[in-house]
Amino acid sequence: MAEETKPELPTKMEETEEGTVLFNVPFPTGKDLSGLKEMAPIIIKQPYHIEYIHSYGQDSPFFAGLANGRFLVCREPQTGYTYANPRGHDMYTGRETEWVEIPAEGRVHAFTVCHFGSEEFLPECPFVLALIEFEGVDTLFLGRLLGVDPAEASVDWIGMKVKPRYRRLSKFKPTDVYFVPAE
Amino acid sequence: MRPVYAVSGGVSKFTKARPDKTFPAIVKEAYDYALADLGLEHPQFFEIVDGTVCSYFSDHFARQLMAGIMVQDYLGLCPKPSHRVEGGGATGGICFQEGYKAIASGYMDVCLCYGFETMSHVNTWKGNEFIALASDVSFDYPVGGFYSGYYAMMVTRHMKEFGTTPEQMAYVSIKNHMNATFNPYAQKHMRLTVEDVRNAPMVAWPLTRLDICVMSDGAACTVLASEEGLAKLEKAAGKRLPRVRVTGIGRGTDAMRMADRPHQSFEQFLRYNLLPHEDTAESRAYYRDLWDRGFRYPGVHSFRAGRMASKEAYARAGIYDPLHELDFVELHDAYTSSEIQTYEDMGLCRYGEGGPFAASGKAFMPGVDYGLDLPEEPVCPVNPSGGLIACGHPVGATGLMQAVFAIWQLQGTIAKHFGNPTLQVPNARRGAIHSHAGTGTYVTVSILEREE
Repeated sequence: MAEETKPELPTKMEETEEGTVLFNVPFPTGKDLSGLKEMAPIIIKQPYHIEYIHSYGQDSPFFAGLANGRFLVCREPQTGYTYANPRGHDMYTGRETEWVEIPAEGRVHAFTVCHFGSEEFLPECPFVLALIEFEGVDTLFLGRLLGVDPAEASVDWIGMKVKPRYRRLSKFKPTDVYFVPAE
Repeated sequence: MRPVYAVSGGVSKFTKARPDKTFPAIVKEAYDYALADLGLEHPQFFEIVDGTVCSYFSDHFARQLMAGIMVQDYLGLCPKPSHRVEGGGATGGICFQEGYKAIASGYMDVCLCYGFETMSHVNTWKGNEFIALASDVSFDYPVGGFYSGYYAMMVTRHMKEFGTTPEQMAYVSIKNHMNATFNPYAQKHMRLTVEDVRNAPMVAWPLTRLDICVMSDGAACTVLASEEGLAKLEKAAGKRLPRVRVTGIGRGTDAMRMADRPHQSFEQFLRYNLLPHEDTAESRAYYRDLWDRGFRYPGVHSFRAGRMASKEAYARAGIYDPLHELDFVELHDAYTSSEIQTYEDMGLCRYGEGGPFAASGKAFMPGVDYGLDLPEEPVCPVNPSGGLIACGHPVGATGLMQAVFAIWQLQGTIAKHFGNPTLQVPNARRGAIHSHAGTGTYVTVSILEREE
């Protein structure tokens, strides 16, 4: 019979960054200032918050497509070179590309499970990032992969057939489309 | 172009946080060290130096636009010419090359390159967010912007294509951390085993915390000079200075979005990306076989920018067989996996052979006990200093730190600067420094040589 283990009791207080309001610090009262070279640094908080008015410019139809459950790629009309990500001009010929709709069914080309991340995405950890390859498309697409167990990561996931799902309530972000195993 | 000499350098000790000083004062530490090593005081150097190049990566970390001029001002170098360069992780390497260009072109006889980053002013998670802003903010960042995640995706593809293992990556971590135990400038001093690396907290599968460099506060600087500049410095110092020459620079680029990297044909690879020493029937057959099995170049497993930077730098420096013609390499190991990828880009081994190369012992230091059973003798030590993984990565300083360590290696002065001779590469005559940005978007390679 397995021995029952008690959960460990916390022995460390959580560190937070609120700090405290301080209106003064000690300072030499006399004329001797030589001790100031040994003074500890004063560290204050500087808040910084911005909202940008970000335009997707010529890439906007891609997001309009996702909002309508349709996946658009960009194709050079003469060579047929096709980008999975929006790209207004082809990098080889310099010519303008055209929009083409594809079913966005593909395979996992590379992936990772993020157990940590940037502040914005920490609450979502662990999550799976994957580069998806589509038949007839020359480059890859970065998206989230759902429906796989993050604890069971394996190189065997590479090559897995995946299909797209679209958010019903669009956020007009590339995550309006995400991928799940197709079989 | 005129000959360019790298005559001196200085590095602040890299550390997690330097709340005791502002960034200009941290650069001042590196600057004072470089001048003291020349035997010069600031007023003497001021009379000789023609101008500067400043390197820092992030306006977000600095939260101070035009931070470069604040350093120029604090060092007492106004009103000399200066400009700031920025190219992600390669900022320091680009700075070094811009200083090189200033000398080589005849614009300056003496140029100071300085760089810094203070990354401790935000918490690690916000720092990851700032760094991830160096990926496409419309298509990459919103999906889960995290650089360790991007590199981990490259790893899984490298594993799939070539059979590279996390244990082979752990060898890089062990090597670089162990080397750094003899480098007093390094942020981390750790003796590790493969199990330690694999059992560390998982960050982005399969990369653990010990596969990834940390954020740092730090600064570094180098003094570059023409023959005329060297003569002026020697006259002022009243002594002969060791000759370390920059014999070649190279730089390459690639698409910002990793997903957009092309999948070139075998013929295109041969035409544009093959290194001269790989142009043999045997290596052509090796690559033909890779292509037949589905390999595409550069894909997400290789850095075309690193290959092009190497190719250009080697051609200028007259290097044919890098593994045997370089005595050491200081390369941008932000991840153990990217060190392995870079072995291949720099031609220390062929594409696909980086994993076995990492575990072979060829890139280890002679005379250091790593606690590993290494099948081969050291040939070309890679990151003898400990690299980014152990030294830390205060972005704008990193590429210049590599230059400083390379200068000391080639001067044969590692014992003097590190306080012990363990990391001195025996009879080091030629070395390469490699600085790398983004997911492989800007890469610089510079070759330094001792001139007898």
